[in-house]
Amino acid sequence: MVKNRLFILILAILASIPLNASAVEPSEILQNPQLELRARNLSQNIRCLVCQNQSIDDSNASLAKDLRKIVREQLVSGASDNEIYDFLIARYGDFILLRPPVKATTYILWYGPLFIFFAGLSLSVLFLIRRKKILPEEPLSPKEQEELSSLINRKEEG
Amino acid sequence: MRKLIYLGPLLFFIITAVYFALPILKGKDPRILPSAMIEKNIPDLNLPPLLETKPGIDKQALMGEIQLVNFFSSWCGPCRTEHDFLMSVSKSEIIPIYGINYKDKQNAAKAWLLDLGDPYERIGRDIDGRTAIDWGVYGVPETYLIDKYGRIQYRHVGPLSESIFKEKISPIIKALRKQTNG
Repeated sequence: MVKNRLFILILAILASIPLNASAVEPSEILQNPQLELRARNLSQNIRCLVCQNQSIDDSNASLAKDLRKIVREQLVSGASDNEIYDFLIARYGDFILLRPPVKATTYILWYGPLFIFFAGLSLSVLFLIRRKKILPEEPLSPKEQEELSSLINRKEEG
Repeated sequence: MRKLIYLGPLLFFIITAVYFALPILKGKDPRILPSAMIEKNIPDLNLPPLLETKPGIDKQALMGEIQLVNFFSSWCGPCRTEHDFLMSVSKSEIIPIYGINYKDKQNAAKAWLLDLGDPYERIGRDIDGRTAIDWGVYGVPETYLIDKYGRIQYRHVGPLSESIFKEKISPIIKALRKQTNG
């Protein structure tokens, strides 16, 4: 029984690991494995503008294939990663990158959530501190004490 | 008065909601991208001709007057949709149109022009699609408005129509012509 459950658990964990198939065709792959690895890493951050939520590494659109070829050609001719990104940004804008660059116009995007988190955190702390002041823990007055004990007594009798 | 503070998050929500809802209500298609090439010079190009009767396109051919550059293919459905309108622009001589035939078979493209008419001043063949990538094209049809200095002034993605032309492109053409005359 326990073995069975363990088996199912392992199966579930394995099934949850995405095995992304790449769209790179065998004829596109570079001879030099190091350059090919760089090409794969670059293509995974380059948006396919036809499908828009896929990278050119994933997409089999013909434009994605052309861009994969360009990335590899430039790598072979000795371009740096940034030169390749700049080549693409000049033609298609920042949107071609799946990871938007950090710059003045994207500060809200990158730091906004962090700002909202800390703003919320400090507001909650402030609220909790204030509430403690509003509701001080005073001991019961003699009259209240009397009422309380009479209630307890009644319950014990009944 | 102090309770007004609790309206803060609500206000924040309303502003954000309006900000995101407006483009949707206006029917703006978020998949249509702004061109990164606006105000930039047209890239170098040297395309072989599609037809024996008209020369191909190089950079020089696109300089010197205000014109449209239209990327098209015979295999592209929306290109067929806009073709009638391109024909009417060409007949009325509002603005010359240069055609770039994107990743097409020569015979198929010729047959298409024979069948539907040829609105282009010149046609160049972009056989491997590299010229299109230099222009930032991500799907045919796309149409670029070029000023007489060879700078890209406007890009339209998708089929052109009379209403789009009147609304978006005509005003820019008029402004450009005013500049050059005055």
